[in-house]
Amino acid sequence: MNVEVLVVLPVLLPFLSAALSLMTWRSQVAQRVIGVGGTALLFVASCVLLYTTYHEGILVMEMSNWPAPFGIVLVSDLLSAIMVLMTGIMAFTVVIYSLSATDPEYEKFGYYPLMHLLHGGVAGAFLTGDIFNLFVWFEVMLMASFSLLILGGSRGQMEGAIKYVTINLVSSVIFLSAIGLLYGMTGTLNMAHIAVVLQGAESPMVTVVAMMFMVSFGIKAGSFPLFFWLPASYHTPPIAVSALFAGLLTKVGAYALFRMFTLMFMDDVQFTHNIILWAGVLTMVTGVLGAAAQFEFRRILSIHIISQIGYMLMALGLLAHTDIRSEVAVLALAGGIFYIVHNIVVKTNLFLVSGVVNQLLGSYELKKLGGLYRHKPFLSLLFFVSALSLAGLPPLSGFFAKFAVIRAGLEAYQWVPVFFGLLVGALTLYSMVKIWMYVFWRPLPEDHPMPERLNGKWDPKTIWMYAPIIVLTIATILLGVYGEPAFQVCLAAGEQLVDPSQYIEAVNPMDHMWLGEGE
Amino acid sequence: MIESKSLILHTATRFLLPLQLLFSLFLLLRGHDEPGGGFIAGLVAAGAIALYLFAFDVPSTKRMLRASPHDLFGLGLLLAAVSGIPALFLGKPYLTALWWELEFPFFGEIKLSTPLLFDIGVYLVVIGSVLSIVMTLAEAE
Repeated sequence: MNVEVLVVLPVLLPFLSAALSLMTWRSQVAQRVIGVGGTALLFVASCVLLYTTYHEGILVMEMSNWPAPFGIVLVSDLLSAIMVLMTGIMAFTVVIYSLSATDPEYEKFGYYPLMHLLHGGVAGAFLTGDIFNLFVWFEVMLMASFSLLILGGSRGQMEGAIKYVTINLVSSVIFLSAIGLLYGMTGTLNMAHIAVVLQGAESPMVTVVAMMFMVSFGIKAGSFPLFFWLPASYHTPPIAVSALFAGLLTKVGAYALFRMFTLMFMDDVQFTHNIILWAGVLTMVTGVLGAAAQFEFRRILSIHIISQIGYMLMALGLLAHTDIRSEVAVLALAGGIFYIVHNIVVKTNLFLVSGVVNQLLGSYELKKLGGLYRHKPFLSLLFFVSALSLAGLPPLSGFFAKFAVIRAGLEAYQWVPVFFGLLVGALTLYSMVKIWMYVFWRPLPEDHPMPERLNGKWDPKTIWMYAPIIVLTIATILLGVYGEPAFQVCLAAGEQLVDPSQYIEAVNPMDHMWLGEGE
Repeated sequence: MIESKSLILHTATRFLLPLQLLFSLFLLLRGHDEPGGGFIAGLVAAGAIALYLFAFDVPSTKRMLRASPHDLFGLGLLLAAVSGIPALFLGKPYLTALWWELEFPFFGEIKLSTPLLFDIGVYLVVIGSVLSIVMTLAEAE
């Protein structure tokens, strides 16, 4: 076996797990064993993939031995490998969490197979080097996430799911049309090959297509002004599903933007990336203001996803105001990638905490909650760390993520986005403090009697809910106080992104141009 | 549930079902080089079983199938995913086609390959997914 096997494993393993757990759908135990085992293997495989990609360079596998650009290639550069590693971590921790958090009814209706398909779809989207294949992975993800969203079939879920599916189908149609136009212009679907053909092509059509991709991925990422589907749907499904969606799904959109707008659409940076920059600023401001008005635990967290996406877009948009090969550009992209990593960890963790709170007190409404600091100090501490990390206080991961993005903004002389970036950080703190005051600090409201289980002995079954939260909290602390190695990897990823020739050479689509005219 | 008492439909279905299933196998096996393949063959087979479902009812269709659509779906996905793995052990990319030609005394030469396995997997996935949709709808009525 060659080392390239590593590239296909993160896609192959979830599909094998999905098939096995579909065939054992009658047995809850077997499904759980496959769930934990399959995601553990995925986690290990993704660790090895990142390690190998970091040390040996970009890995490429040509599916079915069809040479690029004719066949589909899977490519693992550092950005892909980092995102796949995050998929592995999230898959594993959320499956552990759902062992004690998920209703057995859901498990009967295919919770685990759908989870595996979702992991496979996300990993496929991160790894593929073919733009039509990217569309296919988005659809795999959409189908799996739609089915997970409606598991249980309550009224609120249906309402959220309809908005979710409708807007995502609109996004898919735009995506598909853009692929069609791009194929018409370049005659290829391989992303590296498209990048080669588009180099120096100063056609206004390219910008039009770039904007179509931006709208499509912007919808998927939840960016301004097309984010309204996200707060309408993310708080409705079972909490483990919400946590996985919140952590991973919007980031696939962000990843796709990072990939497209560093590899392919780099000719009209002033125009396209400026739009991304200001969309990012508006996204973070509207997201944080929307969250300030909410009084439901999961809704606050959901709307905050949007404001966090803004920082990632801002990092990408800063390329409009720097020389693309400069260190500022590398810092901006590395900051954006580090922000994605930090946000996946912290956001998922906050959702997991809200699930524990709901199990203890039976509600997500802030007005019905309270008194947890007195009864569950350890849980309060876990929430406190993640909340401060989300708001960006040192020495946690959120601080360094924001620091890198803001610093890049300063070096690119973009005072207004930087100002809003800092302001939004402060407002995020307001929302987090609001949750802290209501849920943990103040005593329980008088008309809500304290549930028995608050004072009872510690229930050993909840270990499966606490373990992932503890692990992710440690991760956010480590990414802060000992973040240097992680940031080094992000910087290396940023350097790969500003120099697309590495990616193009690894895929090498020009080697087989004996059929085309040979541009 | 659709209640069909039509004698003609009952009788015709009994004759048509095996014919359609045979035709789907024919499509499945010829599909590598000529029009056909796992997807279209799976649709034909699922159509045949859906016809049986309309002529009779859900319980008897389940009895005739023996396996549940979920199992078919899972088995198909497994076959399709596994069919790409042997190539990995030979140091080739995932899903690379491998062929074995076998000589049999009476049948002559038979070609076995990993794409055939993949096609069978697709065949089962299509049957499984179409039937689970059709059966859910039929049961919901």
